[in-house]
Amino acid sequence: MKGVIVVDVEKCLGCKSCQLQCALEHSRSKSLHEAIYEYPAPQWRITVEAVDNLAAPLQCRHCEDAPCVQVCPSQALSKPAADAPVLLDGERCIGCSLCVTVCPFGVIAMDGVAGAVIKCDFCLARLEEDRLPACVEGCPTNALQFKRLEEVAPEKRKKYLTGIVLD
Amino acid sequence: MKKTVDRAAEKMIEAAAGYSIKTVWDRHETMEPRCGFGDLGICCNICLQGPCRIDPFGPSEQKGVCGANADTIVARNFIRAIAGGAAAHSDHGRDIATALLHAARGGGGGLRVTDTDKLKAIAGELGIETNGLSTNEIAEKVALSCLEQFARAPISFMNRAPEALKKKWTKAGLWPKGIDREIVEVMHRTHAGVDVDYRNIILAGIRAALGDGWGGSMLATDLSDILFGSPSPIRSRANLGVIKEDAVNIVVHGHEPTLSEMVARASRDGELLEYAHQNGAKGINVCGLCCTAIELLMRQGYPAAGNFLSQELAIITGAVDLMCVDVQCIMPGLADVAGCFHTELITTSPKAKMPGVTHIEFEEEKAQHIAHQIVRMAIKNFPNRRKDRINIPEDTMDLVAGFTAENIFTNLGGTFRSTYRPLNDAIISGRLRGVAAVIGCNNAKVTHDEGHIAMTKRLISRDVLVVQTGCSATACAKEGFLRPESAFEMAGKGLQEICETVGIPPVLHLGSCVDNSRILRALCEMVNEGGLGDDISDLPVAGAAPEAMSEKAVSIASYTVGSGVFTVFSPPPRVEGSRNVTEFLTAGIEEVTGGKFCFERDPIRGADMMIAHMDEKRKALGLSGMMYGKEAETVEATSS
Repeated sequence: MKGVIVVDVEKCLGCKSCQLQCALEHSRSKSLHEAIYEYPAPQWRITVEAVDNLAAPLQCRHCEDAPCVQVCPSQALSKPAADAPVLLDGERCIGCSLCVTVCPFGVIAMDGVAGAVIKCDFCLARLEEDRLPACVEGCPTNALQFKRLEEVAPEKRKKYLTGIVLD
Repeated sequence: MKKTVDRAAEKMIEAAAGYSIKTVWDRHETMEPRCGFGDLGICCNICLQGPCRIDPFGPSEQKGVCGANADTIVARNFIRAIAGGAAAHSDHGRDIATALLHAARGGGGGLRVTDTDKLKAIAGELGIETNGLSTNEIAEKVALSCLEQFARAPISFMNRAPEALKKKWTKAGLWPKGIDREIVEVMHRTHAGVDVDYRNIILAGIRAALGDGWGGSMLATDLSDILFGSPSPIRSRANLGVIKEDAVNIVVHGHEPTLSEMVARASRDGELLEYAHQNGAKGINVCGLCCTAIELLMRQGYPAAGNFLSQELAIITGAVDLMCVDVQCIMPGLADVAGCFHTELITTSPKAKMPGVTHIEFEEEKAQHIAHQIVRMAIKNFPNRRKDRINIPEDTMDLVAGFTAENIFTNLGGTFRSTYRPLNDAIISGRLRGVAAVIGCNNAKVTHDEGHIAMTKRLISRDVLVVQTGCSATACAKEGFLRPESAFEMAGKGLQEICETVGIPPVLHLGSCVDNSRILRALCEMVNEGGLGDDISDLPVAGAAPEAMSEKAVSIASYTVGSGVFTVFSPPPRVEGSRNVTEFLTAGIEEVTGGKFCFERDPIRGADMMIAHMDEKRKALGLSGMMYGKEAETVEATSS
């Protein structure tokens, strides 16, 4: 399964369900009532941020020319192919936090327990099983969608045109 | 968003940041963004098949696992909030009734009947024969009669309502079958798979709320007056500056008057004062927060340190030697803040304990002994203050409190013609536009005190007499609206004339949140006096809770609407997820009770809608225009 995560900001209610599902996906038990007792506690890689009355989820955009990959001194961050996600090798990470400072979206964080950074892994294991990323699946309003990039622009064009015609 | 408009609070918030102490505002930010489903009331947590959440953007109508739609889910959540609020007020009422029974039976501990006139008046209302009975014998019968009303009808004080309102209640089946019973019934109806019809659900909630307003709350007020004395106008001060650097400071916080009355008495005890001097203090200073403060303020003039959002800030002054709390609106976060200072935090109710906090349980028969123990603890803690952490803001404000439904007309009418006639005449002649009740809590989602102050200022400038209770009254007290002088500074000309003639402030403090029942009573008196229609819904009056926080506020607003009053309530009580429920609460219900909700978030626009409502009612009554004209100007002024 290949694609990108698209956010429909108008649909986001700020419920943080995506955060919860992300943490659960990265838990050992994958079960909510057990995961809440795990140590270290499972962490999410997506956050819902709010400005005024607007709320939206933010996670790694897996940039084509990723600044975090460029600055990483230990090759812990890598992008194996142009259409591959930006991946983290936690073993290699030395916790220098350079990537945290250069990320334009502020979506890389330090993991206090592991002494390394933590970021979205695009739910690669799920995608290989043809399952949607956990945040997309967990979003109750479909504010988070998983689409092929080729679909996005034509859809936008159609939406734009429909708007003009109806007006 | 600005955190507060209170200068003293602002200073303490800055101090908290300097000490890296987290307060309610920090926690509020951490909680953002709030869950939209919860906020809209469309998250159902009632049965274990859920939680079910209705997608408000869904292309077709969604239903929860059981088949409940947004209307049912929202209505059920809403009336469960009413039940929570009604339970809190009514259980408070039960505690007062129990304390009265204890006093009547000579149970000791220093509790005794104080206002025998009111006792006899209430006994008369309850149909209790008092001839040949001693005060304590009457008090026992009154207490038992009130306790009986928790289990079954009739709720006696509902007879105070105008006939027209009683007819509406009969028609809609809104007479409670008992104060507790309606709360139980709400829990039953909202259990999985019982009531589905949102109108039927909401009316059950209104019935439980009426049991609160005319039952639990009203008897809490009346029996507190009997036990501790009826208030009369009294001068005092408000804001954090009432905390004294050189005295032992005891802050009483919560809602019930019983223990705090005893603590106040103990603070005047010669032996304890001597003990305070020995510990280097110049005296013992008792002040309060939330409604416990107000109970002491109304009856004895003890100062109010602040309202709901000021509770942590009081401790941050570094000069609170002891804070003793009873029930309701006591933030769990207090324990964390108290842990950063020498402040001794004490819980006293078996219903409200905190892990790691000293608990001294209040028992009626030992009331005096326990109060002395608490005051002694405070004095003992005085030398433990850290001098470098004492930072008391200077801000205080003078105020007049102590108005009641009974004494309001003595003030308005004078000693020789103590009736509501002058008030009604002032409204009829157009000197006064009407009366507004601005009440309720603080809420960290909105700027602390701003809603209360902005709304009240707007109303009095438009010749509306404002009556207040609870945290709202404390907000306006801190701003100086409860001084008689404020009439000349900001009231409309008509209201100014009334205030000048009678010698009252343009904003009247009627007490704690259970004392909203005093407002219901005053509204009945206005109807009875004549000339303003024959039901509460005919009166040019309105109510508002511009910074609502608690379930109690939801219950208050619901009994107010259930009694025929137009009520502005903000933030909305999690009902917006159902268009039908919102429509019923803001329009449809008017046909049933004569009152309705208005969910306007802006306090000035809210005030203008209250004014527009009063003008509409004035017109319906055929009253003349306003004496000092300012009819339509209000709405225009805001739309520009």
